[in-house]
Amino acid sequence: MSVVETATAIRPFQVEIGDEHVEELRRRIAATRLPGRELVGDRSQGVQLATIEALARYWANDYDFGRVQERLNAVPQFITEIDGVDVHFIHVRSQHEDALPLIITHGWPGSVIEMLDVIEPLTSPPSAGDAFHVVIPSLPGYGFSSEPTELGWYSGRTAQAWAVLMNRLGYARFVAQGGDQGAAVTDDMAHQAPEGLAGVHLNLLRRALGSTQGLPAESEQERAALEAVNAFRTSGFGYFLEQSTRPQTIGYGLLDSPIALAAWMLDHDTDSYSKIASAFVDGKPTGKLTRDNVLDNITLYWLTGTGASAARSYWEGGRAAALAKGKTPPAVSIPVAFTTFPGEIFRAPRSWVEAVYPNVIYFNEVERGGHFAAWEEPELFAAELRAAFRSLR
Amino acid sequence: MSTTVDTEVQTFQTHFAQEQIDELRRRIAAARLPSKELVDDRSQGVQLATIKALAQYWANDYDFRRVEERLNALPQFITEIDGVDVHFIHVRSQHEDALPLIMTHGWPGSVIELLDSIGPLTDPTSHGGRAEDAFHLVLPSIPGYGFSGEPAELGWGTGRTAKAWAELMRRLGYARYVAQGGDVGAVVTDMMGRQAPDGLVGIHINLLAGAAAIADKLPNETEQEQAAAQATATFRQSGFGYFLEQATRPETIGYALLDSPIALAAWMLDHDTDAYYKIAGAFVDGKPTGNLTRDNILDNITLYWLTGTGASAARSYWENGREQALAAGQAPPPVAVPIAFTTFPGEIFAAPRSWVEAVYPNLGYFNEAAKGGHFAAWEEPELFSQELRAAFRSVRR
Repeated sequence: MSVVETATAIRPFQVEIGDEHVEELRRRIAATRLPGRELVGDRSQGVQLATIEALARYWANDYDFGRVQERLNAVPQFITEIDGVDVHFIHVRSQHEDALPLIITHGWPGSVIEMLDVIEPLTSPPSAGDAFHVVIPSLPGYGFSSEPTELGWYSGRTAQAWAVLMNRLGYARFVAQGGDQGAAVTDDMAHQAPEGLAGVHLNLLRRALGSTQGLPAESEQERAALEAVNAFRTSGFGYFLEQSTRPQTIGYGLLDSPIALAAWMLDHDTDSYSKIASAFVDGKPTGKLTRDNVLDNITLYWLTGTGASAARSYWEGGRAAALAKGKTPPAVSIPVAFTTFPGEIFRAPRSWVEAVYPNVIYFNEVERGGHFAAWEEPELFAAELRAAFRSLR
Repeated sequence: MSTTVDTEVQTFQTHFAQEQIDELRRRIAAARLPSKELVDDRSQGVQLATIKALAQYWANDYDFRRVEERLNALPQFITEIDGVDVHFIHVRSQHEDALPLIMTHGWPGSVIELLDSIGPLTDPTSHGGRAEDAFHLVLPSIPGYGFSGEPAELGWGTGRTAKAWAELMRRLGYARYVAQGGDVGAVVTDMMGRQAPDGLVGIHINLLAGAAAIADKLPNETEQEQAAAQATATFRQSGFGYFLEQATRPETIGYALLDSPIALAAWMLDHDTDAYYKIAGAFVDGKPTGNLTRDNILDNITLYWLTGTGASAARSYWENGREQALAAGQAPPPVAVPIAFTTFPGEIFAAPRSWVEAVYPNLGYFNEAAKGGHFAAWEEPELFSQELRAAFRSVRR
């Protein structure tokens, strides 16, 4: 056994959560000291007290804390060290040998949990010709991947690690997909164009979130998208700026208070907040954004203690952007597919996607779904990936 | 009769129940901490070594009775104004002709940051000053902070607080007075200057909050001006997270501030760079700067915790944001009373005279002090008091 083999070994992984950790979490939820009620009738002052009260009650009393472990251990999980970080990933091979290998990257405040329900429709589609072999890694600093212990783990370095991972799994030709932070990683993969990467699918137009400069703003759709980006940057950008500049500071709250963690994670875009709030307050989930699924994700963050390290990935993103300032990245030459989900932070019009990516092979606007498209609408999301990548098979 | 009841000024004393203190200590000891930041400075936020030193001192060595002892040693009152119970310290000078002065704290401050200025301001002869330098001092807690009530309705921006302060001074029988403030207190005091209520004869400010609104019109020629512009840009780029979060999502961050004393301490320490390093120095190296000692810092954080005001104080930023949005496009009325300004060198940006004059064309007194930062009154109470004496000398009669 050589040293090299040890370093690149792929080890099977199972989640084991000690009862004492669950007990401690439940104790903390029950002991929460809450602020006074917000003074508005909407989310404009942040996560509403009624939402958090309903969430805390369900979490402490009704939620099954064994779910995270059961759901994850029901799929094949592995750990392999890449570039000094232990990368945790789910790897489900389709029964169809000719399936197209696909690496899907989650975002923040997500994890592999948001991707669990797309595994089945992607690996076992109605038509065998649409099948994927699916690889779902945890970003460094998230979930069961280890925390980077040195600077530099921005999305571009993760993108390189993903190419190594696919190579190590023996996939000579593969595609990649991502939304949110996963869109940043997947966009970086597209720019890097590693050997074997045949195309990417994205469901967040990362570039427009950073700057809408040069993007058309003529049609009604374009103006609506511009307005939505501006609204996000004006009133929805607090978590983003805090994580990009002071991840350690917010990290203290995210590690020490489960309710602070839950609130911070719920306070993402308006659409998903309303859907999740409604699941807890009115018992009316939208798609698969159910109470249990939402709490699986928050519970994973708590039990792995990754609130600060996940926030730190935004800081790395900000540092990378500052270092790259003034340099234009090479254009993406590989094929790009894009789906606009209507509840996303902004609905990217085709014109914007084409302005950012010269080689758009697929574009579609679907009728349902939002920022957490894979999580909320796994069947529709899987159908989009089938259509998006059909021409690359 | 109901009118007299409403405007009644009641004396106030505070006492924290032992179980509240035990619970706080328990939470500090049980804190679950993140791993260490990956940098050697504050660029990723409050450093783990700082928080560990703070938590250790807070749980093991800090005297939790300090807050109530320090506050109860002073005459404190509550009076209801515009539907909110306003808590304030009121110390009259032994010199009857003293000039009445209302001073407003900021965020993450409280009346705690102003306690050490009380002696030099009300009793100047014991602190190197003269009898004619004396002030009668009023130190209110901003609504939503400390022992003042939390507003139960929207609209408590700095303008409304400024009006309440004028009512407070009227209620105390002060027909002629001055006002002072830094940080959020600077905005309240600026508003008082623009509202120019009867009796207000001058203001002193130590943060040029108005610079942001006219940033593109500020001179940027001299070395000092360029340094100030650079410092402002740095703050907006990398030090603005807490500000934006509080201005847009106070309730969200509020959950952490109410539930975790360590989250609260970290959030409050993560203000400007100068203050952070001074406070970190006090905890990690045992080297306080001026009066920014471990005990004084923890008095303030403990007050926020025991009064449970992290969210309501954050909400005041949201109100200020709303106030500014509503006023967008309208030029504010000019300040109609004499303005004095002191630039402290460690402030977020050291405002040059030219900038202060751009914001306040009728600037009277201006000085650059040799020491002190954002929490000038807290850090350097003697120097701060000397500034106030000099600043207001011309409005005395």
